[in-house]
Amino acid sequence: MQLLFTLCGLVTVGFVLLITIYLVISGIPAIHKIGLFHFLFGKTWAAGQDQYGILPLILTSIYGTAGAIAIGVPIGFFTAVFLAKAAPKRVANIIRPAVSLLAGIPSVVYGLVGMCVLVPALRSWLHLPAGDSLLAAIIVLAIMILPSIISLSETALEAVPKEYEEASLALGATKLETWFRVSAPAAKSGIAAAVVLGIGRAIGEAMAIMMVAGNVANMPSLTKSVRFLTTGISIELNYSQDGSLQRQALFSIGLVLFLFIMLINALLNLVLKRGKED
Amino acid sequence: MKKFAVIAAAATVMLSMLVACSGKQKSGTVNTDGSTSMADVMGALTESFREKEPDITVNYSGTGSGSGISGVLDGTCDIGLSSRELKQEEMDQGAVAHVVALDGVAVVVNPKNTAADLTTEQIADIFTGKVTNWSELGGEDAPIAVYGREDGSGTRSAFEEIVGVEGTCTYTNEYGSTGDVIGNVASNENAIGYASLSAVDSSVSAVKVNGVAPSEATVKDGSYTIQRPFVMVTKDGTTLSEAAQAFLDFASSEAAAASITAAGAVYPN
Repeated sequence: MQLLFTLCGLVTVGFVLLITIYLVISGIPAIHKIGLFHFLFGKTWAAGQDQYGILPLILTSIYGTAGAIAIGVPIGFFTAVFLAKAAPKRVANIIRPAVSLLAGIPSVVYGLVGMCVLVPALRSWLHLPAGDSLLAAIIVLAIMILPSIISLSETALEAVPKEYEEASLALGATKLETWFRVSAPAAKSGIAAAVVLGIGRAIGEAMAIMMVAGNVANMPSLTKSVRFLTTGISIELNYSQDGSLQRQALFSIGLVLFLFIMLINALLNLVLKRGKED
Repeated sequence: MKKFAVIAAAATVMLSMLVACSGKQKSGTVNTDGSTSMADVMGALTESFREKEPDITVNYSGTGSGSGISGVLDGTCDIGLSSRELKQEEMDQGAVAHVVALDGVAVVVNPKNTAADLTTEQIADIFTGKVTNWSELGGEDAPIAVYGREDGSGTRSAFEEIVGVEGTCTYTNEYGSTGDVIGNVASNENAIGYASLSAVDSSVSAVKVNGVAPSEATVKDGSYTIQRPFVMVTKDGTTLSEAAQAFLDFASSEAAAASITAAGAVYPN
């Protein structure tokens, strides 16, 4: 029996290794040919002209994720506080299933609604030619990361020992002061983990934002069409010739994205470890 | 008894050899090399050719029109594939063109858009960002949304090459498929895009280019200008292998028309 469990564990590790090795092997040649500096800091991505600079893609991914966090974290955090501390049971029982439903919606549906509702709305409000933009992508991403932020933060807030809050209240603090000065700091590692997980989800999303971002490799600007690291791969994969530099460069983008995700995972582990030591 | 068995075996062997000789099945390998835009047409042709001649293998490698033509001139492949007409110097070196299909690209706008007839210059100005508002073209005061395909798409390279805007287009949005372009042009009144002629449906309107509406007929007679030929290139004076000749004959014959149409191109004859 022990053997079976070990084997299952090894299978998972095997897949991770396989993907890592494959990405490194297929991602290195293009970086070598293009030059690491030109690849990472080149401002133009135009496969037709043999220009493979992914700076616009990297910046778009970072700005897009940062924007989604800036909108999603406050909303998510306050929702979590409300659910964990303030909400009457009946209201919480309506909101909680709604949040988990939001988590279960496939990303292509987010994209579809974004494409059919959000993009035309932005087009007419801001008088844009098309409406597909970084702003649209940020809004969609912000909504998509809400569920993970809410449910993780809520769990963390609920795990705060009752005695802390009771002591605070007994000392004369108001409820609001107690939630934000006592409960939230006590739950900070869990909340930080929620934020990092949200970042991970946002930076790795492809389908939904491909449908609303416009996919031109412009330098990021809120109202212009932009291309993320993820969508950069998926949009050009179909027609790039096997073995061409373009195809290889797409794998290199994958490698860069993979490194980003690894960094975020490492950050998450660090946050969780610190939380345990506290 | 033993003798009889030997005779029977010998007869069987001779009979089977006779069948093999008299059969019309050819065998061999055809190496084709060139235009990446012709991948779809080549795929369809190869598939229907295999039904006819199962023993002939047709290899296709997409390296670009230029290298396909130089490949056939250098003798590194049997048939070169070019998605443009041959240049004079290539013909001087002995390249012979066999046009197997025509590829038309339609310029599409939203049905509510009043622009119905554009010149090639106007189209180039729109796609390079010189003209950014429909009012400059006699339409309503609305910004132009320029929709196109991603780098590497055959439609994109065909369009940019023919209109003369290679690498200088400023797209508002890029899409990963022809259907996406059409769908998004259909849902945005400001949009203009391009798509393979065969994919255009009633949800968008294809504009006239220099006064000519795109259709199979106008592509065939050459009056619709945003089109290019798909050419199979051979070398003058070099005899093709039996297999290569069979494939070339098939690709130029009436029998290939259905495959060419299915691949989104226009049968030229």
